[in-house]
Amino acid sequence: MAEENQALKDFTEKEYEYGWSVDIETDELPKGLSEDTVRAISEKKEEPEWLLKWRLKAYRHWLTLKEPKWAHVKYPEIDFQDMIYYSAPKNKPEISSLDEVDEDMLKTFEKLGISLEEQKRLMNVAGSNVAVDAVFDSVSVKTTFQETLREKGVIFCSFSEAVKDHPDLVRKYLGSVVPYTDNYYATLNSAVFSDGSFCYIPKGVRCPMELSTYFRINAMNTGQFERTLVIADEDSYCSYLEGCTAPQRDENQLHAAVVELVAHKGAEIKYSTVQNWYPGDKNGKGGIYNFVTKRGICTGAYAKISWTQVETGSAVTWKYPSTILKGDNSIGEFYSVAVTNNYQQADTGTKMIHLGKNTKSTVISKGISAGFSNNSYRGLVKIGKNATNARNFSQCDSLLLSSTSGAHTFPYIECGNKSAKVEHEATTSKVGEDQIFYCNQRGLDTEQAIGLIVNGYCKEVLNKLPMEFAVEAQKLLSISLEGSVG
Amino acid sequence: MSLLTIKNLSARVEEKDILKGFNLTVNPGEVHAIMGPNGSGKSTLASVLAGNESYEVTGGEVDFDGKDLLDMAPEERAREGLFLAFQYPVEIPGVSNVNFMKAAVTEVRKHRGLEPLVAKDFLAYMKEKKELVELDGKLAGRSVNEGFSGGEKKRNEIFQMAMLDPKLGILDETDSGLDIDALRIVANGVNKLKSKDKAFIVITHYQRLLDYIVPDFVHVLYDGKIVRSGTKELALELEEKGYDWIKEELTEA
Ligand SMILES: Nc1ncnc2c1ncn2[C@@H]1O[C@H](COP(=O)(O)OP(=O)(O)OP(=O)(O)O)[C@@H](O)[C@H]1O
Ligand SMILES: [Mg+2]
Repeated sequence: MAEENQALKDFTEKEYEYGWSVDIETDELPKGLSEDTVRAISEKKEEPEWLLKWRLKAYRHWLTLKEPKWAHVKYPEIDFQDMIYYSAPKNKPEISSLDEVDEDMLKTFEKLGISLEEQKRLMNVAGSNVAVDAVFDSVSVKTTFQETLREKGVIFCSFSEAVKDHPDLVRKYLGSVVPYTDNYYATLNSAVFSDGSFCYIPKGVRCPMELSTYFRINAMNTGQFERTLVIADEDSYCSYLEGCTAPQRDENQLHAAVVELVAHKGAEIKYSTVQNWYPGDKNGKGGIYNFVTKRGICTGAYAKISWTQVETGSAVTWKYPSTILKGDNSIGEFYSVAVTNNYQQADTGTKMIHLGKNTKSTVISKGISAGFSNNSYRGLVKIGKNATNARNFSQCDSLLLSSTSGAHTFPYIECGNKSAKVEHEATTSKVGEDQIFYCNQRGLDTEQAIGLIVNGYCKEVLNKLPMEFAVEAQKLLSISLEGSVG
Repeated sequence: MSLLTIKNLSARVEEKDILKGFNLTVNPGEVHAIMGPNGSGKSTLASVLAGNESYEVTGGEVDFDGKDLLDMAPEERAREGLFLAFQYPVEIPGVSNVNFMKAAVTEVRKHRGLEPLVAKDFLAYMKEKKELVELDGKLAGRSVNEGFSGGEKKRNEIFQMAMLDPKLGILDETDSGLDIDALRIVANGVNKLKSKDKAFIVITHYQRLLDYIVPDFVHVLYDGKIVRSGTKELALELEEKGYDWIKEELTEA
């Protein structure tokens, strides 16, 4: 028994593998936050007047807000004056081929597990395509496959480029799903966001490749505030993946991103996240505070937004990808795996806001807690009074790997229409010793056994990830084979 | 040299002594049947040999193919060639039989100094073994034992045994819950796996199985130790008379 527990501990206490930082010359603003900071960011980015005004409105509104405390997480007070709000690699490459990218940077990506090289390889081997926009600290350094996308009329670029090249689109949609007044962190992001990704799929176009962004926080004391905006015009389709990693540091770093998705009539957006921010060490020191606002809207009939997330990192996670189902017959989906260990805390879930008739939503959440961690699911299903025949099905499963970890479920249901049908199922289980022994008896050690069992437990969600990234997600769950054969 | 030598083995669970000085020697090529009333310790013996840590070994030694079995972790015992077909096979939701077996076969091969089989060869190997135990193709693609009927689970155990090609197979009541056809198929599977350097311990309540898998020895386990050993005829006698006469003889003695 003692041995088994040890193996279980070894498994759950695996050290963060991405803990390193790269010395790249950066151009950064001094610490601190004020109207001048906001102006300086806007100026560095040579932004138009309207955007600066929008930022300033957000900043002024932020000053009137208090940090929210309702989540089931604990962390020390964040000193917003002790942070750097803009940090950009000095030698920002104007790119057309990989050769032009700073070598240190390329190394960084290689260490991320899915390097640009590997992305290219995947393209050839699997015959499927991945376009990458990598965000290194705050500035997008590399966008690949722009040409192929351009032929289809797909715009996929850094947020800054979008502001310069497609100002009308940005102006029309920025803040249309997550207004600058939305919440404390979203408001802060609106004031100081430095870069991010922008994507527009024109009417009737099926985006020919997976669009992917890699985020990584590199510089010390850098709050990362990126902004993602994805617009799928009528009857279009795109699949978008973001991956996140951060180097290991003792102090905590803040990450407060905003993601806005707009799916017009008949359009579908599949948004997948593999989040592996530094979770802090065994004793809970360091790690990323991940306070993210993600929301999508199905504006027209038969639109569909589907969120898939595999979350293994961050010291504290506060994140509720949500979907507003405005168009009749529109569909929202949320598939989530959240793994916490050591002293990690996650408070995550989704909101499904049903406004249109016959709208349908599905929520599948798998929480896995080990060590001394806390893993909470918080979900809201809201049925508006005009949402006749709305349907929701939610299933929240928690798996405990230790007796010192916690799993919590907070489902909220607000139903304003009698014809609606809302179903919620929840289970909590412990990983079975009999299952581990059964695996042992077939020659698998306990670590492999747990990997296999956990992976099986999450199968429903992992199956939703784009093929290309299933591998990485499984690696994150410490599994080598599952899903590749059979 | 013997394959398995159990000397004076004692084990307890939850403060309760179950095995009380158990002795058994199994040579390569032999089939031993172990019978005995409910609760006499048959599954406990199987669990202890397989290394289930819920059971505490309080005395005795076990030599397996020249190695100290009790000193090995459960997965090492498996890799060394000890296989247990569970009385109650465990379900592992979401993990397909194919992937489970791929992982297991890879480990066992690694232990034997062999490279992992490439997907194509593995699937061919699996097909061969599936046919050996006449396992429904659909079962192989499903999650390990999840939603399998009692009989399907048992057949899956024998399939896994065929895949892992052990030196010693311990079958804990693999016959219970099987219909007549399945019983014959499972027994045939075992017979095909039999060879001069492999051995089996077959735990069963029914002599019927022993018509198909003919044992070299039959032992009766009672109150934690073997109280009587014999040949196939002993099983017939037990079938006819039950265990009372043995119990009586023991109290008289
Ligand atoms: N985990 C356990 N906790 C408590 N008691 C146990 C445990 N495992 C076995 N026992 C007890 O040990 C004794 C022997 O059990 P065991 O399962 O070995 O019997 P068996 O001979 O296999 O019986 P059957 O023929 O019914 O399968 C029984 O009294 C049983 O209740
Ligand atoms: Mg038994």
